[in-house]
Amino acid sequence: MAQSDNLTMSPPRVAALAGIKATLPLLLGVIPFGLIYGVSAAQVGLSMGETGGLSVVVFAGASQLAMLQLFADEAAVPVLIATGLVINLRLAMYSASIAPHLQHLPVLKRLGLAYLLTDQAYALAIHRYTEQPTDHRAAFFLGAAVPFWLTWQTCSLLGFRLGTSVPAHWHLDFAIPLTFIALLVPTLKSRSSVLTALVSGSVALGATVLPYNLGLIVAAVVGIAAGLLLEQWRSSFHAPA
Amino acid sequence: MLSSSTFWLVAVLVGVGSFALRASFIYLLGSLEVSETTTRALRLVPAGVLAALIVPTLLFLPQTGDLSLWHPRLVAGLAAILVAWYTKNVLLTLITGMGVLWALQALGWT
Repeated sequence: MAQSDNLTMSPPRVAALAGIKATLPLLLGVIPFGLIYGVSAAQVGLSMGETGGLSVVVFAGASQLAMLQLFADEAAVPVLIATGLVINLRLAMYSASIAPHLQHLPVLKRLGLAYLLTDQAYALAIHRYTEQPTDHRAAFFLGAAVPFWLTWQTCSLLGFRLGTSVPAHWHLDFAIPLTFIALLVPTLKSRSSVLTALVSGSVALGATVLPYNLGLIVAAVVGIAAGLLLEQWRSSFHAPA
Repeated sequence: MLSSSTFWLVAVLVGVGSFALRASFIYLLGSLEVSETTTRALRLVPAGVLAALIVPTLLFLPQTGDLSLWHPRLVAGLAAILVAWYTKNVLLTLITGMGVLWALQALGWT
């Protein structure tokens, strides 16, 4: 905690460069995601404009991939929208966590940064703001988030170009559930998250009889309720009332 | 596949909704307190939604939609889960899953 050499706010350029530097290793992780999204979008039958448009408008990988899978399943429109949004609920949690660090900024700037908020931008920014409280926060955020945005858009379109030339017997549609596996497994850090996944997965199997792919939402809600109950039960067990 | 106008309706609504989620507290300056239970529930959302997306695609046959406990996609998916668990690496997970699926199909198992 000995940061006495940095009592004055660093200039925006320095903070922006620090943001870019911090985000570079994470770009390696987002490149395959973007490509897979683009390839899958092409295989599902989106046009190039729709593929790129969804990336610009939604700018959230897991949500976009889930929507692709439901496009392919011809799910009902309300279920499509609900699923796309439910996956992004965590962004509200990041928003709450990062809000106190950005409240000195004018409203438009705050809204601009909010559009760029992702798992990665949040993780980098909250770490930096805690370590370097005097930093130029908006510049760091932009430095971290803009390269990420550009990479996501570029890879979406590159993936689309690849996807239109890949034959169906390569079974690249299987990359969507594989991507979900790569996203899910690292989140299984607590017993309650493991229970949530197990219950949700089991309910989803039985709930495929429900119309409009509603089973997905039902399964997620039941799974999360099970995980919450476990946490509630454990905390009441450990902490004296 | 959806019609183009329906696609854009869905895209714009999810886009606006996602932006609202991102901007919610940044805009309101944390004047709303998130309860402990809400935070816990939000933390469990990815596990709940992703598992519900994955499990049926691994256990139902892609051709017929019948439940099957032994087919190439399930084996490839389980291999990918193992690799994801031990490496936490997205690229390796994808390569393993696709690689095992292609290998099994090259061996004539469909």
